[in-house]
Amino acid sequence: MTPQSTFMIVAPVRGGELQKLRALLAGMNKSVGLADPDNELLPFGAFERLHMARFVIVESITGDEIKAYGKQPRPWQPVLAFLGDIDGDRLAFFAELARKAEAGLQQIFAHCEGFTKAFDLLSWMLAHNIEPAANYVNWLGRTVKQVREEAALHRCLTEYLQQIVVESGRDNPRVLRQKLLSHVEMQKHAGLLKLSPEEPTPLAWRIRNGLHKIGIPLVLLLLSPVFLILAPFFALRLRLLERSDPELFIRPSREHIEALAYLEDRDVSNQFNVFGDIKPGLFRLLLFKLLMLLTDYVARHIYKRGFLTRIRSIHFARWVFMDNNRRAFFASNYDGSHESYMDDFINKAGWGLNLAFGNAVGYPTTRWLVKQGAEREQQFKYTQRRHQLPSQVWYKAYPDLTAVDLARNSRIRKGVEIRQADDQAIRDWLGEI
Amino acid sequence: MTTTYSSDFPFDDLQGLLRFGHRHLKDSCFLLLRVADAKAAKQWLADAPVSSAIQNGSRPKTALQIAFSVAGLRALGLRESVIGDFSDEFISGMAGHESRSRRLGDVDGNSPEYWAWGGGEQQTPHVLLLLYAEAGKIAPWRKKAQGKPFAEAFELLAELPTDDLGAIEPFGFVDGISQPELDWAGTQAIDSHGRDGFSNLLAVGEVVLGYRNEYGQYTVRPLIDPMHDPGAALLPAAEDRPGLKDFARNGSYLVLRQLGQDVPGFWQFIDKASGGDATQREQLAAAMVGRQRDGRPLLPPAAAEIPGIPADDSLNSFNYLSDPAGMRCPIGAHVRRANPRSGDMPSASGCIFSRLLKILGFGLNRHDQDLIASTRFHRLLRRGRPYGPLLTPEQAVKADAPAAERGLQFICLVANISRQFEFVQNAWMVNSKFAGLQQERDPLLAHRQPLNDGTPTDQFHRPDPAGPVQTVAHLPQFISVRGGAYFFMPGLSAIRYLAALPTQGDQPS
Repeated sequence: MTPQSTFMIVAPVRGGELQKLRALLAGMNKSVGLADPDNELLPFGAFERLHMARFVIVESITGDEIKAYGKQPRPWQPVLAFLGDIDGDRLAFFAELARKAEAGLQQIFAHCEGFTKAFDLLSWMLAHNIEPAANYVNWLGRTVKQVREEAALHRCLTEYLQQIVVESGRDNPRVLRQKLLSHVEMQKHAGLLKLSPEEPTPLAWRIRNGLHKIGIPLVLLLLSPVFLILAPFFALRLRLLERSDPELFIRPSREHIEALAYLEDRDVSNQFNVFGDIKPGLFRLLLFKLLMLLTDYVARHIYKRGFLTRIRSIHFARWVFMDNNRRAFFASNYDGSHESYMDDFINKAGWGLNLAFGNAVGYPTTRWLVKQGAEREQQFKYTQRRHQLPSQVWYKAYPDLTAVDLARNSRIRKGVEIRQADDQAIRDWLGEI
Repeated sequence: MTTTYSSDFPFDDLQGLLRFGHRHLKDSCFLLLRVADAKAAKQWLADAPVSSAIQNGSRPKTALQIAFSVAGLRALGLRESVIGDFSDEFISGMAGHESRSRRLGDVDGNSPEYWAWGGGEQQTPHVLLLLYAEAGKIAPWRKKAQGKPFAEAFELLAELPTDDLGAIEPFGFVDGISQPELDWAGTQAIDSHGRDGFSNLLAVGEVVLGYRNEYGQYTVRPLIDPMHDPGAALLPAAEDRPGLKDFARNGSYLVLRQLGQDVPGFWQFIDKASGGDATQREQLAAAMVGRQRDGRPLLPPAAAEIPGIPADDSLNSFNYLSDPAGMRCPIGAHVRRANPRSGDMPSASGCIFSRLLKILGFGLNRHDQDLIASTRFHRLLRRGRPYGPLLTPEQAVKADAPAAERGLQFICLVANISRQFEFVQNAWMVNSKFAGLQQERDPLLAHRQPLNDGTPTDQFHRPDPAGPVQTVAHLPQFISVRGGAYFFMPGLSAIRYLAALPTQGDQPS
């Protein structure tokens, strides 16, 4: 199994360069909202291990909201963030980036503070990479290559199944399956289909992952007496803050929403970025950090097979602390329209949203961390739109495919490789094609 | 259809359309108007015989309902500070932005530039007048309702055709069967954690502004401080902000779309796809619609009674729990897309532990389970009327079937256009990935444009117990959008407020 990893290269944009940078990035798009996979600066399509990537100029458009807490907003110099999700190891991917797109990346990063061509691009990128506090991958181990091979397999099976149903009817599932399997074999033989076997899981990753899996609960267990002692104080302080935090019911401007919506629904999937302040105070920060630790843990060890609680439309997502833990950035790739993404979340996993974002300035008031919050539907929708930033460039390696499609394609492939238990199982398999 | 409730709901301030479909009034006339003279328009409005939702024993012989677009409210002189509190989609309009058109599927041949009305600034109606009368009596009612200053006040942009086709729509199917039952008396608790299954009873605030919606919240709407605007004194008070007057209370957003239906095209395609066999043709058409032509559902009655649907309502007391794969009623069938009848949780859960597992996303029996949840947040109260000469399917399949303008004046009433109408249209109707489907949009309503990378979306799939799905490919488009706009249908006191607006200049505020 090839584990996925993530990268996010962040550097401040030099004063006065913002417009030029925007124009340069816009040139990488093929059409509104969608990157050109063959663009000259960074030909995304040439990177076989790259699932999704984006360039975002992270600006503080809601910086004033912290005034409601009696704090002066801190200055924020806009940063360029280049982030993405890849198969395998980050270092190897960066090396590939530096090899295949050095000139283009240099041209882009030249708009950033302190970057010159004299630097070694690879080490500069490594030095400017920030780790997410929590990261979510829809399906651990599913590679771009696999996605593409399985999509091709599905297409091939669909076509051939229709043909053989006409020829020999639909009533004998075993015959149909046999015919499909021999067709697949022939296509493979002719080099038209490929189903690469899984790569062995890297040993170092397995050790690290195993230690993480045991280590975090162990540490929490060891600390549990401390948590127990702190619990009443925690509860008191939490409710005090939840009751006294200012309620920000601010409607985002129509222009802002229209600019964001203009980029959306160009593919069956969309990109999403939000950026804002963390609620002031050590309590909120520590709580946020703890919740992110747990989010990261469950995403890594539990929610790695196509669903994040009841939500099955997210491909990748990450939470990142920035500005010395004063601000947080969230980015995701999701299926369907923005409205349906939000509604799905509010209705299916509002409690999860509350946990993950309740410590951010502007989030609707929660009770006991999980209750209310997102259920204040309109206020929640206002706040997330207000904090949302457009992606200047967004790339997805498998257009037209949703996470549900990818899972189905994998099941179909499994049905080719593994014999079904009975006729009903074969029928179910045929029904998915 | 309507039940009398012993509730003290202020029906006298509601327009009748929110409560009645006026079905017994067979004749109707839908007028799109532009305000020519604001003063005359307000003068007419002050005396307009707008029908309220009050029930006083005998059924009315006529009805008049009225709604305004944002341009119409501006033309009457409503202040921008009030208008600004309406929803974004109402303010920018159905055809107001390319992004909205893309989401609604108003692309290619459906795009607003080709619309007969509603597509451009000059084509945008200000006022929608809905007139209803008993058969053959619409002309005198129209004359009476229009009254004296009418001709001076308004300019007729379009007169939308409507015809009495019985209870059916032009393709030949009984229409308008499934409607949410508004919970006027507030009998159903609005608790987001207490309603796992599907209920047809809907919080009033999902359709009428100024009341709690299914989230228990008040939808954002224009509230006016009577200290700064004495004229607002006649408006009802805002339930959630007692010091303020609620301009939108007892009002609703009204979505109007004129949908042209290619009846011969529909039946001839289906006939061909069924090899000319009349029985198969009927089956395929029913599978696409999700009901038989006479309205019967494709599923047996639900095991348990559905709140808001009488158990003996054989046309409506069903849900899709017994047919998760769509063997009886395809997942992509029109009525299943439009109202998936799903509850908040994937299945009625047993003990606390299994419930918790489900909340956490575990314990699903099927891959396609729980993709579409919480239908209650996406309901529409439909009030449309068909138009065009009747053409039976038997006539329509013939090659020489007479072509004519046929279609539906689709009307729905909602409190939140984006969460209700736009969501249903986008996420459920035109979405080719609805509930995990592939390569198909709504078989009746949607366009057939391929996806970004060329994946076709012009198919329709019928799951089959034998295994392989039955695919119908290359569906043409059966419906074209001819026009559309978003309106606000105010309560009666808000109409009086509008009629009393000063004609020139802003009020001090």
